[in-house]
Amino acid sequence: MSAVERVVPAPAGRGRGRTRGFGKLLATELKVWLRDPTAVFFALVFPSMLLLGLGLAIPAFQEPMTDAPPPWNEAPGVTSYLPTIIALAVGTISLTTMPVQFATFREKGILKRLSTTPMPPQNLIGAHMVINVLALIVSAGAAVVGGMVVLGVPLAADPLVVLLVLVLSTTAMFSLGLLVAARADKGTTASGLGMLIYFPSLMFSGVWVPLSIMPDWMREIGLFLPLGAAAQGLTIGWFGTDGFPLAQVLVLVAWTLVLFPLGVRLFRWT
Amino acid sequence: MTSPVVEVSHLRKTYPGAGRGAAPKNAVADVSFQVARGEIFGILGPNGAGKTTTVECVAGLRVPDGGAVRVLGHDPQTDPALIREHVGVQLQEAALHDKITVGEALDVFGSFYSRRADPVELLDLLDLTAHRDQQFAKLSGGQKQRLSIALALVGRPQVAILDELTTGLDPAARRATWALVERVRDSGVTVLLVTHFMDEAERLCDRLVVIDGGRVVAGGTPSALIEGLEGGRGVRLRFADDGARARAVDVLTALAERDDDVTAAAPAGDEIEVTGTRKVLFAVVQALAAADVVPDDVRTVERTLEDVFVQVTGREYRAEENEEVAA
Repeated sequence: MSAVERVVPAPAGRGRGRTRGFGKLLATELKVWLRDPTAVFFALVFPSMLLLGLGLAIPAFQEPMTDAPPPWNEAPGVTSYLPTIIALAVGTISLTTMPVQFATFREKGILKRLSTTPMPPQNLIGAHMVINVLALIVSAGAAVVGGMVVLGVPLAADPLVVLLVLVLSTTAMFSLGLLVAARADKGTTASGLGMLIYFPSLMFSGVWVPLSIMPDWMREIGLFLPLGAAAQGLTIGWFGTDGFPLAQVLVLVAWTLVLFPLGVRLFRWT
Repeated sequence: MTSPVVEVSHLRKTYPGAGRGAAPKNAVADVSFQVARGEIFGILGPNGAGKTTTVECVAGLRVPDGGAVRVLGHDPQTDPALIREHVGVQLQEAALHDKITVGEALDVFGSFYSRRADPVELLDLLDLTAHRDQQFAKLSGGQKQRLSIALALVGRPQVAILDELTTGLDPAARRATWALVERVRDSGVTVLLVTHFMDEAERLCDRLVVIDGGRVVAGGTPSALIEGLEGGRGVRLRFADDGARARAVDVLTALAERDDDVTAAAPAGDEIEVTGTRKVLFAVVQALAAADVVPDDVRTVERTLEDVFVQVTGREYRAEENEEVAA
């Protein structure tokens, strides 16, 4: 009757329903993500496949590292390659999988579509950050377990240091991935830009020239790149013979502090 | 007296001009209208007229540069949560993940709202039950549009904004979609329909505004707008042979001079068009009957919203005349 009852009252607890449906969103996004075989292959399988393939194919990777300090002089040569493979897993997800996902959401108008619903588009990005972390755990875990079981790689000397460097590598590289996706208006644009950073990053993290035989100048440049610092820090943590990878940890923290706010600030939602 | 569900007054929205030093473009210069509960309200105009910008301001996606927007009594900019909960939006070009199924999309979008529609009912209403397990990329254009409408309705909105929902659909799918929009309105949802199709607006809308160049140039019910057209009715006549046609021209020209209800008679192609008041048809038929000139075919000239557009803007209606402003 009156004008007032036709009008919807403002909700009392504003923001309370902000995360309604987040669990459902995460579960659905994960289900849909698993339907893309290419993305799943690169995010989950590619690093372990490379490790096992090279570990079984290259004779030097199977022979013990006789010139390494004990107890590593009995470990197979591929041991020094495993930390690089873990860095590769981080790099692959953050520079190939993630930017393409986010730019495609923008390209298809999914972010804009969500902003007309009570679910903020930020939560879709959040859900995919969670999915990518899960993918990384599976991918890096498979490489570690595969390396240990199939190739006889010994367990890390400082597992907690390895874990710390892995977490910091993830924050630094995911921030870089977010920045790559921040402005790209198409999935293909983000893919191209991601690849442009991905391949040099792989080079400095020892995928093509193993860290152990990398020239000093390359290693010095690598220390200041996020994925290079990641591979070096993981290697130091795995072998435990060079103390704490302080320089690498600081580099990773610095990259995160610079890249994450930049990625968030530049990210376009439409 | 009930307050309007959507109230837009003197809305203005300017985008920066494309390129360095380009003048800013007025996407919306001055748009006002009110939408009452339970009606299908049309926003009609050529592409680039400012329709999409207008409804994006209503949906809270864009911040107006001037004027006021009230939806369900609230400003979308100050109460965005309320607008998102109660206004369902179907965007012009929005899509979903290629590999999400119809059922999954409804399920996940439904989970965002406090009151959600029954998915089974919604699938049935939108004729999508058979496609429940089909992935988005494999749907036809019409099915995608229907899913898009379903997603706009899944939160039991009070207002649904439907933007260009029949673009790219074949005639059968368009008609089916029109019937669907009427069913949505009948279920109690107020519909704000954006379209550049004159026939769609005429067929569907209870009331509408015609927007051109960012301004409202006409508004009202489709029939009132057409009734209000200046100039009169027209009758077109076709004759079996040139002899009959020549005699008819003589009879009708004389009629036009004699009868105040008949303005003019002129050949139009192989037909003759006679214009005049509402009584022009009677006058023509009587005059021809008296002279015993028998037409092969008589038809009244249909008047449409297109004629309304021509009258208020002074130019032909071409739906695609401008590019939609990208921002």
